[in-house]
Amino acid sequence: MVAGAAAAGGRRRWWLNRTAMVVVWVVVSVGIWVGLHWYIRTVSMRKAEEALESMCEERARMLQDQFAVSVNHVHALAILVSTFHYRKQPSAIDQETFAYYTAKTAFERPLLNGVAYAQRVVHAERGKFESQQGWTIKTMKQEPSPVQDEYAPVIFSQKTVSYIEALDMMSGEEDRENILRARATGKAVLTNPFRLLGSNHLGVVLTFPVYRAGLPADATVAQRVEATAGYLGGAFDVESLVENLLRQLAGNQDIMVNVYDVTNTSEPLIMYGPQNPDGYMPLSHVSMLDFGDPFRKHQMMCRYSQKPPIPLSAITTPSGVFVICMLAGYILYAAWNRYDNVKEDCRKMEELKVQAEAADVAKSQFLATVSHEIRTPMNGVLGMLDMLLDTDLNLTQKDYAQTAQICGKALIALINEVLDRAKIEAGKLEIEAVPFELRSILDDVLSLFSSKSREKGIELAVFVSHKVPEIVTGDPGRFRQIITNLVGNSVKFTERGHIFVQVHLIENANKVMDAKVDTDLNGCLSDMMVPSDGTFNTLSGLEAADRRNSWENFKLLVSNEMPQSDKCKNGMPCGMNSGNVTLMVSVEDTGIGIPLQAQDRVFTPFMQADSSTSRNYGGTGIGLSISKCLVELMGGQINFISRPNVGSTFTFTAIFQRCKKSAGGDPKRTLSESLPTGFKGMKAFLVDARPVRSAVTKYHLQRLGITVEVASTIKMALNALSGQNGCLRSGKRPYILLIEKDSWTPGMDVYLHDQLLEWKQCGQIPEVPKVILLVTSESDKAKAGSFVDTVIMKPLRASTVAACLQHALGMGKQQRKEMPNGSAFLHSLLAGKNILVVDDNKVNLRVAAGALKKYGAKVECAESGKDALSLLQLPHNFDACFMDVQMPEMDGFEATRQIRLMESKANEEVKCGETYEGSERAEWHLPILAMTADVIQATYEECMKCGMDGYVSKPFEEQQLYQAVAKFLVSKPNSDL
Amino acid sequence: MLGLGAARLEADMNRLMALLFHQGVLDEQFMQLQQLQDESSPNFVSEVISIYFRESEKLLKNLRSLLADRECTDYRKIGIHLNQLMGSSSSVGAKRVRTVCLAFRAASEHNNWSGCLRSLEVLEHEYCYLKTKLHELFQMEQQRVMAAGARYHPLLS
Repeated sequence: MVAGAAAAGGRRRWWLNRTAMVVVWVVVSVGIWVGLHWYIRTVSMRKAEEALESMCEERARMLQDQFAVSVNHVHALAILVSTFHYRKQPSAIDQETFAYYTAKTAFERPLLNGVAYAQRVVHAERGKFESQQGWTIKTMKQEPSPVQDEYAPVIFSQKTVSYIEALDMMSGEEDRENILRARATGKAVLTNPFRLLGSNHLGVVLTFPVYRAGLPADATVAQRVEATAGYLGGAFDVESLVENLLRQLAGNQDIMVNVYDVTNTSEPLIMYGPQNPDGYMPLSHVSMLDFGDPFRKHQMMCRYSQKPPIPLSAITTPSGVFVICMLAGYILYAAWNRYDNVKEDCRKMEELKVQAEAADVAKSQFLATVSHEIRTPMNGVLGMLDMLLDTDLNLTQKDYAQTAQICGKALIALINEVLDRAKIEAGKLEIEAVPFELRSILDDVLSLFSSKSREKGIELAVFVSHKVPEIVTGDPGRFRQIITNLVGNSVKFTERGHIFVQVHLIENANKVMDAKVDTDLNGCLSDMMVPSDGTFNTLSGLEAADRRNSWENFKLLVSNEMPQSDKCKNGMPCGMNSGNVTLMVSVEDTGIGIPLQAQDRVFTPFMQADSSTSRNYGGTGIGLSISKCLVELMGGQINFISRPNVGSTFTFTAIFQRCKKSAGGDPKRTLSESLPTGFKGMKAFLVDARPVRSAVTKYHLQRLGITVEVASTIKMALNALSGQNGCLRSGKRPYILLIEKDSWTPGMDVYLHDQLLEWKQCGQIPEVPKVILLVTSESDKAKAGSFVDTVIMKPLRASTVAACLQHALGMGKQQRKEMPNGSAFLHSLLAGKNILVVDDNKVNLRVAAGALKKYGAKVECAESGKDALSLLQLPHNFDACFMDVQMPEMDGFEATRQIRLMESKANEEVKCGETYEGSERAEWHLPILAMTADVIQATYEECMKCGMDGYVSKPFEEQQLYQAVAKFLVSKPNSDL
Repeated sequence: MLGLGAARLEADMNRLMALLFHQGVLDEQFMQLQQLQDESSPNFVSEVISIYFRESEKLLKNLRSLLADRECTDYRKIGIHLNQLMGSSSSVGAKRVRTVCLAFRAASEHNNWSGCLRSLEVLEHEYCYLKTKLHELFQMEQQRVMAAGARYHPLLS
């Protein structure tokens, strides 16, 4: 709950955080938009300002230039007047000439309404002047001029301004000032702007002085005034001037222009433009104008008539950037979200994975537990059924009970398989390492299936290469389980032909395979050719799935090992000396094969080729998967070759250890006692047309010590026999003639019998050899006829062959009676041994002692660890000790530690030279086995840690007891059994 | 006549044992015990069982006295006794006794006095039942042996 709340809080905080980030991002984006917009606007404004400035300057310059041109012209006129009016006597200019000239040159002065020349007349000369001109001087108001010091009446005027003729220019305030200033400076001067008389436009009057000749360049003001002859004046129509100009320059930009006279800076006089300037005021530019009059100052002010438009890019660019920002933000946001989701999903997946794994482990444990729990009552059921079968039952009841028992056993077998599978999955299955005899295990498996194979009439055979050691160290139970499974499957699915189990050393098999490949490459695919008579060189003559197992190979394998077979027979490591033996086991059958589409899931648990398989043949399909696991646990591999309707060949490898010789005595003797040795040195003759089958028979006979010769037909055998007469006589051993049922044709038997009898009568052979027929099924037995001494039923096993031979040769029961496997071994191991059993529980003590006594051991009991210690004071003559783990006062672990301590002390002393009397052992080490009710790994490790040699579970089980005891107990050679 | 009686007695024994198995009073360990009996130790089973009864009665008495006082109960000792009883019970195949012991031990591990007491009562009941039944069985066995008389059991010959 707390974690959930924290997570929720974290999520809320995170959400808040995310919202805040979104807001911040939007704000930043808007900021970018605004900033960019402002920047672009500023840039465009500056550009507009620059454009305005340049335009304003341009206009000002042009205005100034045009103005200067007009002024120059007026200047030229002044020169003209001074030249032609005053230098010439009489004057070359009169009003008419002047008017004409000025009219003709008016285009030169487009800005001037007109020009006029006013002569300087002092009052003294007024009368003379007036009479000369024929008019009186008038003021501006067209009135006769009052008396003045001097006058400036206009004498020449352009036609356009003829109305000012005779007007005294000095009467006008503006003009008078102008005149005074002009004659004082000698330059063109301008008036304030005022409304012109004619056009009512704003204008200025330009006045130019005309001097009499002889005025020096650096004349004083007084000299200038004195030298003044008159004044040339013109009215500038500034308004039209500027308008013209603007019209000329009317460009794309509509700009407003104001021209001011700023001689009096505090009160600028407007010369052009509206009194209250309109248009776009914030942006304006002022250019100074120089009209050539140093006294007056003018300036031009320009501005746009409209606000310059905001460029489109000022909107679009930031908007674009904004959109990009938003998109980028969204992408980041989405990516973040996605990342979070994926992370969350990943976390959930992890959780689910952990759950699934836990469930898997739980499943395996459950399976193990349930299987175990089912096994316990099943044992009760089976036991009861056993007891029931012992009672007096009528036939029907017996049949029912037997059926129930068979079913129960099948169920137990299935449960064991499931338990195995679960154990393997849980990784709890451990492979043991005990010495065992491989060949006898194979024989056992064969005998298990012998009845079935006989019923079906199929050949069941086993062949173990001579190079394979007699005794190897490994897990016999598991090895047997694999073989049983594979052979069981083969028997189940095979209706005719053969099942052939071969065991070879992997090095050998590989060598042969390589050689085979070579010949295959050279020879033209000899394998692929179907033999002419339709039979194959296999055990039964039927085609096998794996062609590599054909006779050619087999021959190579057999021939390879022949030279060394003598050495190898004794289980000596031949060829290599390394501790490991890798065996290759193949189980070949000629059954229905595995459908191609099912071949890839053969090793999957609970998977049979198809569902009809389980209907027709039964089984759960778990066996192969267990076999695979077991093979892998043994460090090998399993694979198969299968062809539908031809057969299957399963091949697996397994790694075993060579049996170490040091491991107490000679285990071979204990284990292989079952095989009788009375046949050593005998000779046999085998008639068999099939080389593979004859090799198998040979193998079994050789195990019994019988030397074998092979002939493919009876006739050949007889020929060989007659040829060997010499040898025969010398050997006294009875001769055995083994004949395969195929060669036993009707008529041949009689012929053979007659021939043999004849030979005997001739003395060619000392006695008629025993004729033994080898058959596979009950029906073949009938064919035997009367000339056969005995019949051996396949599958061949060394022990059955031995029994048959004994019967046939009348050797009688020289060998001791065979005992059932496990208890026989136990018996041989425990017989005559002194064993100490330590348990505080009297009942358990009694039971354990009883069980051990049953196997022939001599048992002593101790009820506590202390008693055991006192009994085990060295020297003692106990061979083993079974020790309860849980005991009051001194438990099993502690007691074992004490015993080991004692022993090590004794051993030290032995080393130092002191020996206990009567002790022949080099070293004291009493095998101590823990007895415990709970067989769990921890207990086992604890046992090992305190120096125990093994453990057995209470109550005793035969198999486990055997396995535990077999490791370190050596069967007594002088066993009385 | 005698042979027939022996056969009937044997059938009765088997029935009784089947009943005990069915009820879960005994398990296969008891059968294994029987298998250990052969001509060299003809009275093995009854010998073991009588040791079992002797030991168990001692243990039960101890348990009873340990649980007499509610206040000062030594649960550790109870556990040890129970382990002993369980060990011997599983050796002779007294399955129900063993099961009850398990429950008893669980109660003692929790220091549950009343639970222990209850378990003890059940245990005593089971034990008595087992004892009577086994006595019955042994009586039959004795009768059978007597009935079989001089003739040896066919399986053993």
